[in-house]
Amino acid sequence: MQIQIKRSNELISYEIPFESSTLLKALYHIKNSEDNSLTFSSSCRSGVCGTCAVRVNGKEVLACSYSIQEGDLVEPLAYHEVQRDLKVNKQKVRETLRTATAWLQTPQEALINEQQVQLTAKQTDCILCDSCYSSCPVLEVNPNFIGPFALTRAYRYTADPREGNIQAIVDNIQSNGIWDCTLCGNCTEACPQGIDPKMDITMLRGTASQFGYTDPNFQAMDFGFGGF
Amino acid sequence: MLDILIIGSGGAGLSAALSAKQQGSTVLVVGKSYPTASQTSMAQGGMNAALGNVTPDSIQAHINDTIKSAHGLCNEEMVKQMCEDAPFSIEWLEKLGVPFDRTSESKVAQRQLGGASSKRACYAQDYTGLKILHTLYDNCLKENIEMLEEHLLLNLIVEEKVVLGATFLDIVTGEVKEIKANATIIATGGYGALYKNFTTNSEGATGDGIAAVLRAGGTISNMEFVQFHPTALKSSSTLISESARGEGGYLVNTKGERFIDELLPRDVVARAIFEQINSGEEVFLDIRHLGEEKLLHLMPQEVHLCRLHEGVDPITELIPIKPVAHYTMGGIDVNENLEVTGLKNCYAVGECSNAKIHGANRLGGNSLLEIISLGRLAGNNAVGCDCHHTEIENTQLQQDQEYIDGLFEEYPYEKNFYDIQNQLGVDFYTKAGIVRDNTQLNNFLNELRVIKADLEDMGIGDKNRENNTNLVDFLEFQNLLEVGEVLLDAALVRDESRGAHYKTAFPKEEDKFFKADALYWIEENVLQNRLVKVVN
Repeated sequence: MQIQIKRSNELISYEIPFESSTLLKALYHIKNSEDNSLTFSSSCRSGVCGTCAVRVNGKEVLACSYSIQEGDLVEPLAYHEVQRDLKVNKQKVRETLRTATAWLQTPQEALINEQQVQLTAKQTDCILCDSCYSSCPVLEVNPNFIGPFALTRAYRYTADPREGNIQAIVDNIQSNGIWDCTLCGNCTEACPQGIDPKMDITMLRGTASQFGYTDPNFQAMDFGFGGF
Repeated sequence: MLDILIIGSGGAGLSAALSAKQQGSTVLVVGKSYPTASQTSMAQGGMNAALGNVTPDSIQAHINDTIKSAHGLCNEEMVKQMCEDAPFSIEWLEKLGVPFDRTSESKVAQRQLGGASSKRACYAQDYTGLKILHTLYDNCLKENIEMLEEHLLLNLIVEEKVVLGATFLDIVTGEVKEIKANATIIATGGYGALYKNFTTNSEGATGDGIAAVLRAGGTISNMEFVQFHPTALKSSSTLISESARGEGGYLVNTKGERFIDELLPRDVVARAIFEQINSGEEVFLDIRHLGEEKLLHLMPQEVHLCRLHEGVDPITELIPIKPVAHYTMGGIDVNENLEVTGLKNCYAVGECSNAKIHGANRLGGNSLLEIISLGRLAGNNAVGCDCHHTEIENTQLQQDQEYIDGLFEEYPYEKNFYDIQNQLGVDFYTKAGIVRDNTQLNNFLNELRVIKADLEDMGIGDKNRENNTNLVDFLEFQNLLEVGEVLLDAALVRDESRGAHYKTAFPKEEDKFFKADALYWIEENVLQNRLVKVVN
C-alpha cells in the first residue's frame, strides 16, 4: 500500500508492506526501517493522550486510531507552527486555555447530582489533540481566535455547580471568543471524542446574554435601515 | 534560585506542583511530552478511597486489601498513611473540579475493582485518569505554574550525594540544558515499555528517572515486579477492559473450551492464559453471547478497538487476546518521606518510585490514589529544602553535551537499535514475563549485557539537531537497557513466587529469604545488590 507524507512542503511516497495498518504503525515502520528522520509525535497508541493528531486527505484524525487506505495524503495539523514533518508546536495553541481562563474561578461548595455530571461528561472527555483547532476556518482570518477546545473547556466550567463566578469566565471569552465562531460545525466533525464545541459555544452565547452581552456582529449589521 | 524542580508532568508531578506552590514555593514542572499526554490519561477504572458511599467500607478494610495484595512486601505504615489520606485526596480533587460520577444521593459514586472488599473506586466514567489529569492541568494553568514541555531528562546533577538539579535535552531546539533547584522531585513514570509490543503502556514508559537515579548513585528496588493484564488485543496490545469479563465474557482456547474462572485475580488469569498459549493454543475473549445491543451500550469503545486494531467484530467473532505488561511496581527506592535512598534533596513519587505501597502486586485503584496522595506529600516535603549549592562547580552539563555531540558525529552504523528494541520486547515478554525460569533469565541477562556492550555500534541516523525524535528514542532505549538489566538480575535472584513474580521451579513464597526488598545501586561502576528484610 502506498501513502504520501508531506515533509517540508514536499510530498514523499512510502510503500507500506502491511495489508491493513493504523497510520501510527505505518509511520513507525518508516521511521524504524526506512528513514530515521521521519518526525511525528505519539504516545499512548490508544486514542487517549491526544498526541498523534494529523490530517489525512484534509481531515483530522488520530494516527493511532486511523486505518490507512491506498493513496492517503498525510499532513501536519493546520494553524500550528510546523516544527518538522508532522510534528507541530502545540504550546502556542495551549495559550488559548489561559486566555479563556478555563478553570474554576471561585470554587464553591455544591451538591452535584449525576444529571449535572452527565451534562458535561462529553466535554470533559477532551484529550487536547487540537483536531478541532486545526479544522476551524475562523483561524484562517483571525489567528487570535480562542478556538473550539478552549471554549468547550470554558463552557464545561461555567456549567459546573462548583463554579461560584460564572461571569468571570464569560467576561474572558468575549474578545476573539464566542462571537467570532461561525457555527460551521467543522470542529464537531473533527473531534475524535464526539464532542460538539459548536453546541458548547452556542450554550456560552446564551449564558453571556444572561450577563448582558449581545452579539457584536449583530450590532454592527446594517440591513439598509441605518442600523439598530 | 528555583525552589523545586519537578521532573515529569503526569498526575504525580502536577499534584506535587500544586501542593508546593500552595506553600509559597517556586516550582517548575519539566516533562518530555505535553502534561496531558502522560500515562495518567490512560487509567480507566478509578481511584480508591474508603468513603463507603455505595457499600459499607472502612479505612482499615482498604489497608487490609492493599497489604494482602502486596504479599508481604509493603511498608504497612506507608499503606496506612495513604489509605487514611484517600478520602481527603478525593475531597481535594473535588474542590479542583474533577467531574466524578455521582450516586442517587449525589455522593461520589464508587465501583468494585478486583481485590477490593467493597465498592471503593471513585470514577469518572471510563476516563478517570484522563479527567483527573486534565483538571490538575487546568489548575496548574490557573496557579500560573511554569511548565516546560518536550524536555527529556538526561542526568541528575549531584555533588557529594546532594542533588542540585538535572540536565535535559530540549527536544525542540536540540540544546542540552541544566536546571538547578534546591529540591528535585522525580515523577517520571514506570518502565513498562521494556515489554515493547507486549504492554498497554505508552511508548514513553522508559524508566528515565529510574535509570537517572541509578547513574547518580541512588538506589532502586523491587524491579522484578511487573503486573500483567490478562486481556489485551493480540496484535496491538491494546487494553480490553476488565469490564468485558465482569459483564460475563468468557475466555476460550482454540478448541472453544473455557479453561479458567474469568473473575479470579489478574495474575492468576494471566498465568492461565499464558500456559494455554505456551501449549500451542490461541486464546480468545468471547463476548458474543452478551448480544449486540448490550455490547454497543456497555462497551462501545471496546467494540471499536477490536474492529480497528484486530479487524474482528466482537459482536459476531471471537477476539484474539494475550496478557501484557500493565504496571511496574518497582522503581526508585524511597523512605517514608519519599526521599530517594542514597541521595539528598531528591524525592521520587508515582510509578517511577517504590514507596512500598504496592509490594509484589498492585491493587486496582491504588495507582491513581498513590499519584494524588503521595504526589501532594512529595510537594509538601520538598518545601524548605536548601542545598546551599550556588558556589559548587559541576561538570554534568559539559559531560552530557559532549556525549550528545558525539552522537552527531559520523560513526559506523552497524546495528539498528529499533530492531534490537523490538526483539527485546519479545524477549522480556517470553523470558522475563508472566512465568519465569532461571536458565532463560540467566541467558537473557547475558544477551542483554552483550547488547549494552555493543551500544557503540548503534546510534542515530538522523543528524538534525532540532526536533530529533530519533535521538530521543535512542536515549530512552539506553534507559531501558539499564533498568532492564536490574529487572533481570532481580528476577534471577528471587527464587520464589510472590505476587506478580512467578517461577515454575519455585512456586511458593519463601519468607525466610525473600520477604525482602531487592535493592540495587551502582558503586565504582559496578552494579551492587542487597536483599533487605521487610519488617512490619
